Amino acid sequence: MTDDKDVLRDVWFGRIPTCFTLYQDEITEREADPYYLLLPRISYLTLVTDKVKKHFQKVMRQEEVSEIWFEYEGTPLKWHYPIGLLFDLHASNTALPWSITVHFKNFPEKDLLHCHSKDVIEAHFMACIKEADALKHKSQVINEMQKKDHKQLWMGLQNDKFEQFWAINRKLMEYPPEDNGFRYIPFRIYQATTERPFIQKLFRPIASGGQLHTLGDLLKDVCPSAITTEDGEQKTQVMIHGIEPMLETPIQWLSEHMSYPDNFLHISIIPRPTD
Amino acid sequence: MAEPEEQPLPAAAQSGGRSDGGEEAPEGGTAAGPAEPGPPPAGSPGTEEPAGDAKKKIDVLLKAVGDTPIMRTKKWAVERTRTIQGLVDFIKKFLKLMASEQLFIYVNQSFAPSPDQEVGTLYECFGSDGKLVLHYCKTQAWG
Repeated sequence: MTDDKDVLRDVWFGRIPTCFTLYQDEITEREADPYYLLLPRISYLTLVTDKVKKHFQKVMRQEEVSEIWFEYEGTPLKWHYPIGLLFDLHASNTALPWSITVHFKNFPEKDLLHCHSKDVIEAHFMACIKEADALKHKSQVINEMQKKDHKQLWMGLQNDKFEQFWAINRKLMEYPPEDNGFRYIPFRIYQATTERPFIQKLFRPIASGGQLHTLGDLLKDVCPSAITTEDGEQKTQVMIHGIEPMLETPIQWLSEHMSYPDNFLHISIIPRPTD
Repeated sequence: MAEPEEQPLPAAAQSGGRSDGGEEAPEGGTAAGPAEPGPPPAGSPGTEEPAGDAKKKIDVLLKAVGDTPIMRTKKWAVERTRTIQGLVDFIKKFLKLMASEQLFIYVNQSFAPSPDQEVGTLYECFGSDGKLVLHYCKTQAWG
């Protein structure tokens, strides 16, 4: 079991080297140097970029600064998706550091939610956890927790405290021994090749015959195009936290070990590079 | 009191209440019209669903919480691709709330889905008896 605990740590401490540059059309008083940062995969862009904001605001006139937003190769980056998901979905198989463009103007209202304070991130994060627990335990576990436990989950994420977070989160990962797993697996499947939002459906970790459902079973059921093969080759990559888990991996195990702190498995389906 | 009949949700609020003119502009033909750059926003994919999808609309039951005004019509037929934000805009317009007033929507009386979530997805996961029950509230009800 010690091995499995290591997986939790590896997921928690995953980092993406990132280079932030200011959008060319932003009006500055002097040239802005790029800003480099190791982004925690499990966190949110607007939660970990205070320094980035400060750095670029230094060279800008106050009246030119409104709400900050981020873009990668023309795609506005949704702050309410975890950073690791954004990278897997939009920037897998590209050279590091990840090159993100910083904007202070022309906020893309249609693509992004506003994020005026950390409270907005907290509310979003807690809502995701509650939704996940509604699927896993009919909300029983999250509802039995105290307010301070909820706060500890958030503070653990915000302050990057693995032990603090997992001291509470482990309760959300439990299930009655006779059930062999959660009621349903909280997952979202994102496809790089479509404008459609994520796929989310009810999916049980255990088949009616008692055998464990795998990642492959899940994809076959809710997103078959993700695993179709041409000439024996799979044309897509199925990514979680920057790796391609084997399709034979039990989905219950993935849910317990590879979920983001919001308790969802965020699965990216991207085209396999052709080289 | 008789059960109020089900109403189709008008398409007006779909794109965030920005269109003040022509309410029922069908989105079918993509030809002509003012050139709008870029793909359609995630919020209003509108009519682009595959033809095979028989049940394009789902039944949504809207329930008020606390002192938030109720809606006489509670049951609405809503496009699956309608987002929570689209629904919020509609309810605010329906209740004649000011644009600056907040409105929260809850699923299962427990969590507030993110504004860009689609009701179709929520229905798949949290619908029961052929409908999705949503509670709405002017103040935060379930944190």
